[in-house]
Amino acid sequence: MIELLQYDFFSNAILAAILTAVSCGIIGSYIVARRMVFIGGGITHASFGGIGIAYFLGFAPMLGAGVFAVLSALGINYFTHKGKVREDSSIAIWWSLGMAIGIIFIALKPGYAPNLMSFLFGSILTVMKIDLLYMLVVSLITVFVFAVFFRLITMISFDEEFARARSLPVDFFNYMLIIISALVIVASTRVSGVILVLSLLTLPQATANIFVQSFRSMMWFSIIIGLIGMITGLYLSYYTNLPSGATIIVTLTAFFAFGKLIKTIFSVSNN
Amino acid sequence: MDNLLEIRNLTVKYGNYTALQDANMKIGPTDFIGVIGPNGGGKTTLLKAILGLLKPSSGEVIFSEQLSNLKTGIGYLPQVNKFDSRFPINVIDVVLSGLAGKQSWIKPFNSANKEKAMQLLDDLGIAHIAHKAIGQLSGGQMQRAFLGRALISDPKLIILDEPGTYVDNKFESELYEKLVQLNKTKAILLVSHDVGTIFAHVKSIACVNRELNYHPSNIITPEQLASYNCPIQIITHGEIPHTVLGVHNHKHHH
Repeated sequence: MIELLQYDFFSNAILAAILTAVSCGIIGSYIVARRMVFIGGGITHASFGGIGIAYFLGFAPMLGAGVFAVLSALGINYFTHKGKVREDSSIAIWWSLGMAIGIIFIALKPGYAPNLMSFLFGSILTVMKIDLLYMLVVSLITVFVFAVFFRLITMISFDEEFARARSLPVDFFNYMLIIISALVIVASTRVSGVILVLSLLTLPQATANIFVQSFRSMMWFSIIIGLIGMITGLYLSYYTNLPSGATIIVTLTAFFAFGKLIKTIFSVSNN
Repeated sequence: MDNLLEIRNLTVKYGNYTALQDANMKIGPTDFIGVIGPNGGGKTTLLKAILGLLKPSSGEVIFSEQLSNLKTGIGYLPQVNKFDSRFPINVIDVVLSGLAGKQSWIKPFNSANKEKAMQLLDDLGIAHIAHKAIGQLSGGQMQRAFLGRALISDPKLIILDEPGTYVDNKFESELYEKLVQLNKTKAILLVSHDVGTIFAHVKSIACVNRELNYHPSNIITPEQLASYNCPIQIITHGEIPHTVLGVHNHKHHH
């Protein structure tokens, strides 16, 4: 198993898994705690529009995806709070608009789009140095913001009105954190693609939440569970020759089911 | 003694709808004011205006020197059903969050803060569940935790929004005892639809039904209520000053 690490593609994949586990563990906990998972889904799918445009114009797909993710995050927020559109409707609008734009631009470019599947379903084994650099920067920003402002973020997330009554910078942090979320989501699409990335933000958290109740421990546990799940899934996919993104998600789901089982056995034997 | 805050000619509009019209009220350092009025009559709007959560269309809320160490001078207990009770946070962290705005955002809580939080939880009888997640608490325990959050910043004014809902009667009577005790050094503004219970404890009454009518005692007659245009449900129980109001017909003005 260790000898696989001699291959650049495999050690890059492991590094990508580590960085994704850290950023998704933290941002996913934030998204789950604030019940913003569906917003995350909207951002993820909208980012496909940027991938399509980047593919058509021939620049880096991650850049296009990043711009679209941030625009859709702000757009969903704007529609909901200023445009008086119901939140779930404004998410759906951005979700499908982004996908539609992506499909149109990919169709406009003559020839077969070979990387299309990897954008949709991820391909951690083809991660390149430039992707790793982007993931590293995003992870460092995430860790820094949550390490320094953890208490403030908890207060704002738990009771926004109370935070406003105390003149905390609620709007600034809401915008900053949704932008960071968008950047993390884009970085993570390398691992599992726009369609599957949502589970990297929710499965480790749901598993952690079986055992721990505080925001901080939820983040730590999610990082560890996400990391073990991704590396296990990566090895499984290598030996079974199955798609890596999907295998990772099935592995994380198995962890969740196992966690529930342990908890049930434990609480039955306690009673 | 000087007032803690004064509401002057306060009008709040949501679009074309006037929620509060030309309200005036003063809150003194040891006032205990019950805010009553029909649902949608503007009680919550009044609270939000005091807490700075909305911009008045006209008029102002003026804070005294004592409250000018702003915001932390006011302890706020919102309606408990407004929270996401599944949020991953434990009781002691909820209480500590009441210090928000009092010290720097990034400075960690020190041991004095934590001791104070534990002391409050002890006073409120929930020290044993300090490290439980908020979602595992009963309604009464949750209210106690939020009361702890309201009290930890040593406020001069405590604002409570419907504290009697979702709790057992035992907690409700303990809460009022606690409030009477706190009222020795702090002003209290209590919003409730349960008029019977609040009449027994408050010193004065503000009836909010788009307009605000301040009544400087806790004994109020049906005629006065009618003249305040304050159609409220009356339930009354308890011992002394005890007012039972007859059925009165009222017209809704919209």
